[in-house]
Amino acid sequence: MISEFRQHVIENLAKPNVRANFRKAMDGLMQRRLDQFPDPLELERIRTQAQAIRANALSKLPELLEQLEANLTANGIQVHWAETPEEANNIVLGIMQQHDAKMLIKGKSMVSEEMGMNHFLEQYGIDCLESDLGEFIIQLAHEPPSHIVAPAIHKSRQDVAKLFNEKFPDIPYTENIDDMTQSARRILRDKFYAAPVGISGVNFAVAETGTLCLVENEGNGRMSTTVPKVHIAVTGIEKVVEKFSDIPPLLSILTRSATGQPITTYFNMISSPRKPGEKDGPEEVHLVLLDNGRSNIYSDPELLATLRCIRCGACMNHCPVYTRIGGHSYGTVYPGPIGTILEPQKAGLDVHGELTQASTLCGACGEVCPVRIPIPSLINRLRYEGVRKDASTTPGTGSRRKTSEAAAWKSWSWSASHPAVYNFGAKAASRLRGVLPMNMNAWTTVRSAPQIAEKTLHERMQELGVNDE
Amino acid sequence: MSNSATARNNILQRLRSVKETPPGLPLSGEGSSYTVGADASCSSPDKGRLGGVSSFDWDKSERIRRFTERMTAVRAEIHHADRASWLEKLVEICHEKRLNNLLLSPHTEWGKAIGAQAGSFPELRHYDQPIDGWKQEMFYGIDAGFTSTLGGIAETGTLILWPDAEEPRQMSLVPPVHIAVLDTDKLYTTFAEAVQEQAWVEKGLPTNALLVSGPSKSADIEQTLAYGVHGPKELVVILI
Repeated sequence: MISEFRQHVIENLAKPNVRANFRKAMDGLMQRRLDQFPDPLELERIRTQAQAIRANALSKLPELLEQLEANLTANGIQVHWAETPEEANNIVLGIMQQHDAKMLIKGKSMVSEEMGMNHFLEQYGIDCLESDLGEFIIQLAHEPPSHIVAPAIHKSRQDVAKLFNEKFPDIPYTENIDDMTQSARRILRDKFYAAPVGISGVNFAVAETGTLCLVENEGNGRMSTTVPKVHIAVTGIEKVVEKFSDIPPLLSILTRSATGQPITTYFNMISSPRKPGEKDGPEEVHLVLLDNGRSNIYSDPELLATLRCIRCGACMNHCPVYTRIGGHSYGTVYPGPIGTILEPQKAGLDVHGELTQASTLCGACGEVCPVRIPIPSLINRLRYEGVRKDASTTPGTGSRRKTSEAAAWKSWSWSASHPAVYNFGAKAASRLRGVLPMNMNAWTTVRSAPQIAEKTLHERMQELGVNDE
Repeated sequence: MSNSATARNNILQRLRSVKETPPGLPLSGEGSSYTVGADASCSSPDKGRLGGVSSFDWDKSERIRRFTERMTAVRAEIHHADRASWLEKLVEICHEKRLNNLLLSPHTEWGKAIGAQAGSFPELRHYDQPIDGWKQEMFYGIDAGFTSTLGGIAETGTLILWPDAEEPRQMSLVPPVHIAVLDTDKLYTTFAEAVQEQAWVEKGLPTNALLVSGPSKSADIEQTLAYGVHGPKELVVILI
């Protein structure tokens, strides 16, 4: 039976327009990133620095989380902890109910996607409106994001124009990107004006000062965290950094790696709710810290590197598989190489382990990663864990083991260490070359199967007079 | 809240139960072929390029040149003026943009000067009450907000704003035009330098600190830049 993942891949590979949209966008993003790092030595120095900052933060994670909580609390920001997405959703719901709020407006947040927040709150009659332009578009289309930085990257301007026309028939049809952007601005302005609660993610949380940092271009992050009376930030427990001085280098490598910008339009550093005498800003600020499998990943000294991620998306921009199959094929919140290592660790190898097969191990992701997560090595490690029952903390370890495959490798390994058996087998294969099957399923649909040689290497060497004894 | 407390204890306990302390520096052999961790620059003070790598030695005119170049590249409007001419420049900008009103603080050094020549300006508006009392006007009636800045960053073409009771957060966010004045003596080379020189950590961070590097923009449709999504459509900077 064909898996759901393979089914998605087959479907998406058959959409030439979507593939063209991805190709064009990824080519642009790769070039823009390259232009931001003209000096390879400087790039490697700043990668070393960013890696060290993130590794340092992870090495002290429990202490830094406590420090962050203490400083945020002292600043007047309320901190909540959640082990699962459901707990996180219930915390948000509780705050909504406390304020009798029926609607919230969201700045871009991948953790809220991870929580399935919109779907959850809608069951309680709460409207969740996305305000990031890309998120707004895909929410209209009832689609999940296809890229963590540019969620509507799979859509062309014509797709967006048709969608706007269908959802807002009063607005004249246009394929002009500026006009469509202005329409979205007008629609969302009214929502920002009315929304009692704003949601945001967090790019970095600074333990030293109790500061939540947000990186963005549009102003949706600023609006969501400034205009409504209540601001709820949601983030993963790994986003903490130790010192404020860690921020400038991380910010720089994040924006340059992500979109090839020297800096984004806005960098928003929030350290408290509205203070007495201040005339605007939310009266309440909450931070929800979500675990959702992260503490489990943390327990393995090698897989821990997964948590260094600063969510720039460079790995997917440079991935030959992602560019071809597109973000939706993965069927996960985080697609591309980072999703390939993160999602099976969170949901289990039994659920998303197949993603680890969707890699050529070309190494591009590891080479561009600003914090040097060794993604290809970790993909390999997870492939291994999928079929082995060795000690591992990854959920679903061994679940991808197939008896027939395991037996085949076992017997191959046994024969390879028994020369008589091996030589007999090789000889037999060369003699039977004419009758061995040439049909190897998917592999041979686009390739010719190689034929086994007439004589084994040993035989040919003996003919040449080389004695291997 | 007891649920949150339980979650907190469980999470921290799991993080602490790790047998061997995760290494602070990258594992050996991990990552690319570059020698990892051998570079001492990661512990050097945050001076110079992009937070502590190599240093630039840009003098003031070079900083102004870089700042202007970066800002102009993202469609911000830059005007050069001095303490004698900036008011006149601001009057010109207001006329050119046909502003009906200008939101400003009457108590800043700049606001006082503008107030003294109120006759040359469009209607001057003050943020004299909490937003809740005049939100509708702020959203639908104000043409432009005028603010001071805490400084600027040459490398990235960035304004530093620390909104306060005098110049609240929405002034630089909600109106379609944001006009900011920047004293070039406070134009730093990098973000790291500004943080250090202005002693942000020692002084304590404000409710909301901001870096603003141009007007609001998005590339969410076909990676094509469009300006004026949620924040100001235009950013005007007067350099003094």
